[in-house]
Amino acid sequence: MNDTTKIAIKDLNLYIGKKHILNNINLDIPDKKITVILGPSGCGKTTLLKSMNRLIDLYPEMKVTGSIMIDNEDILHTRRDITKIRKKMGLLSQRPYPLPMNIFNNIAFGLRISGRHNKHALKQRVEHYLKQANLWEEVKDRLRDPASSLSIGQQQRLCLARGLSVDPEIILADEPTSALDPISSMAIEQKFSELKQNYSVILVTHIIQQAQRLADYVVFMYMGEIIEQGPADEIFQNPKNDITRQYLKGAFN
Amino acid sequence: MTDRKIRFIEEAFFRALMFFSTSTIVLLLLLIVLSIIYKGLPSMSVEMLTQTPKGGFYFGNEGGILNAIAGSLYLSVGATVLAFLIGLPVALYMNVHLIKRQKLVNTIRFFLDLLWGVPSIVYGAFGFTIMVFLGLRTSLLAGIITVTLLIIPIMIRAMDETLKVVPRGLLEASYSLGSTQSEISYRIFFRQCFSGMVTAVLLSFGRAIGDAASVLFTAGFTDHIPTSLNQPAATLPLSIFFQLSSPIPEVQNRAYASALVLTVIILIISILVRFFEKRYHKHKIKF
Amino acid sequence: MGFITIKRQLRNKIHVYLMIIGLVFVLLMPVLLGAGLYYKSKVLFHDHSIWNLLFTKDWRPMSGKFGLLPFIMSSFWVTFISVLISAPICLLTAIHLTQYAKKWVLKFMHPVIDILAGIPSVIFGVWGILIIVPFISNTVAPMLGKQTSGYTIISGALVLSVMIIPFILNILIEVFRSIPDELSEAALSLGASKWQTIKYVLIKKAVPGIISAFGLGVSRAFGETIAVLMVVGNVIQIPHGLFQAGYPLPALIANNYGEMMSIPNYDAALMLSALVLFVIVTVFNLASRYTIAHLEKTIK
Repeated sequence: MNDTTKIAIKDLNLYIGKKHILNNINLDIPDKKITVILGPSGCGKTTLLKSMNRLIDLYPEMKVTGSIMIDNEDILHTRRDITKIRKKMGLLSQRPYPLPMNIFNNIAFGLRISGRHNKHALKQRVEHYLKQANLWEEVKDRLRDPASSLSIGQQQRLCLARGLSVDPEIILADEPTSALDPISSMAIEQKFSELKQNYSVILVTHIIQQAQRLADYVVFMYMGEIIEQGPADEIFQNPKNDITRQYLKGAFN
Repeated sequence: MTDRKIRFIEEAFFRALMFFSTSTIVLLLLLIVLSIIYKGLPSMSVEMLTQTPKGGFYFGNEGGILNAIAGSLYLSVGATVLAFLIGLPVALYMNVHLIKRQKLVNTIRFFLDLLWGVPSIVYGAFGFTIMVFLGLRTSLLAGIITVTLLIIPIMIRAMDETLKVVPRGLLEASYSLGSTQSEISYRIFFRQCFSGMVTAVLLSFGRAIGDAASVLFTAGFTDHIPTSLNQPAATLPLSIFFQLSSPIPEVQNRAYASALVLTVIILIISILVRFFEKRYHKHKIKF
Repeated sequence: MGFITIKRQLRNKIHVYLMIIGLVFVLLMPVLLGAGLYYKSKVLFHDHSIWNLLFTKDWRPMSGKFGLLPFIMSSFWVTFISVLISAPICLLTAIHLTQYAKKWVLKFMHPVIDILAGIPSVIFGVWGILIIVPFISNTVAPMLGKQTSGYTIISGALVLSVMIIPFILNILIEVFRSIPDELSEAALSLGASKWQTIKYVLIKKAVPGIISAFGLGVSRAFGETIAVLMVVGNVIQIPHGLFQAGYPLPALIANNYGEMMSIPNYDAALMLSALVLFVIVTVFNLASRYTIAHLEKTIK
């Protein structure tokens, strides 16, 4: 690979009980690019995403083997504080899940947790990240309203701002537009293509067109395995595997 | 770094508290059951279970609490059967006929939950007014009516919890076979949820046999085993209560033995419920 | 064929009627309860104002004085102290069981909670007399330099607090379970530790549910009769401390049903007590359940 690698996944296997959810995943995710993990629902792409910031810890029934190297550190077996590693990654999930607090605190939460309490600085940072997510103009007069009072599209942008607030290097997005209307989806997609200047973006989706619009690098998964991976042009123009070809033709929908 | 240390200590502290709370609950249950066994077992005897009170029983002489055991069983069985006969159609109606009117069904559930929350002493007082209204005396029948009112909401809600998780597909499939609604209700839904129904009956029965406040007014108390619905009936909880208020140690000890009998009955019911409940309680809200 | 169909339809109709009759009966129950008790107690309102009955402390049935205040106050004391005791235990246990505990612990605790919930009131009373009353009178009171028989408000509250634990705990477990995992994921991915996630996010999200769980606990505790009356002393007074005896409303009804027909208006006064109990319990119940129903809508 010519790019620098941000995340290197080696021989990753994940089981729930006897069910084999992820089967021998080997994957290098390039830095400062949009990597799209594509595949039909239930193929394990969300689980793969969640193993990258160890959210699988939440589910004790999941057993993992293999390694995930981020900046030369195996995050699955590190002895370092896991919260430090998670902060390297901002997460955007399928539906927006705003924290049960007001708009301002949704962004300030991550900052406060990392020990920043200066009121003036907090205000500035919050404004900065809300602007980054193109939300500032809409909410600047109602920062003290509960986050749940926003529309779904606004909530998702709020979650994006929240994810950016901890200065991550990587953005993990799990079908972030699936609950949104077309206009909000467009806004999010546009944001993503800007974000790749500064972040490595990993986007999970089952929408082929979205992948085509955004992807620099594509990983196609099916039934817990990586079927094919490579630069976007190659995969879309000239897929080598039969299953990939059928999926791209829309045979799965 | 110190900040992290403080956080770590805080979490450890609260985790210790949580562990302590959880263990406290287990210990409390053990303490209750063991203290009843410890105090009850020495006064336990075959006579306790097989005889009615003889003369001078309440001064420490011969006899047993068969009157209360039998009375409690008659009363609880009667009330459970009645509540089942009234409750089953209602629960089925809510989940088969009203399947499209979820808002209404939820309102009904709300009402039932309210009824469930009404204290049993209120049911007792209400049962008393009904009794007077109908010209009844304190009797097995009046007790059964009162306890039935008390357990109907429990019965219906417990049935409802198992019925409402029956997949819609089953309903559609039955309709497409040309079944009428009541055929679906009784032949398909009832069978599909049979073990849940048994659980509902057992839960109601347990509540019925353990309740004292509702029968205080209505069932009366007697040393004899009732032979008709018009006679008063003793119940285990009241028998325990009355014996315990006696100043005579022998009688008090028998109260502990009676408490042991009631506890064992309740534990058996709990085990049976466990046995039948299986996978039904996954996501139900229990109040 | 035609005949069979008609028969089936007829049977269906009969069943439906039976079902509707049952349903109407059940729905009328709360109204009947309230109306029946009111009907039986309304004689009292000829001579007394409702204010007079509820907020005076003069209880002398022989001379026609029916001030319910001592009983209402006793009930409030016992109830709130019991909820105060069991609330932290339930909250901590619910968090432990839903966030930290291994699966087998939860599997083990389920029957424990259910059995505790199934133990009859009178057994709790017996246990209270065996354990709690001597504990208060021999251990706690002397430690605080007090002297008491042990039949006190605090004994009633302790017994009651154990009784309502399974009840509150079951609701709290359900409340914490209904919070989507993604919310924890969001907080964790911001670098929050597990405890911070619980403290700042999950508990906050659960607040309405927690409040209603406690509210339901109050309504359950308020009406509890036999167990409390066995340990609380039953002295007619407005309690001024935890180590005094009290006389809760349900105990009043239960203790005096025998004489109520022999003194004029006594029965009406007891029925009024039942009505007051019914109203207070139902109000707490309504408010809590309304909050929970509302919570279920907002949580998704």
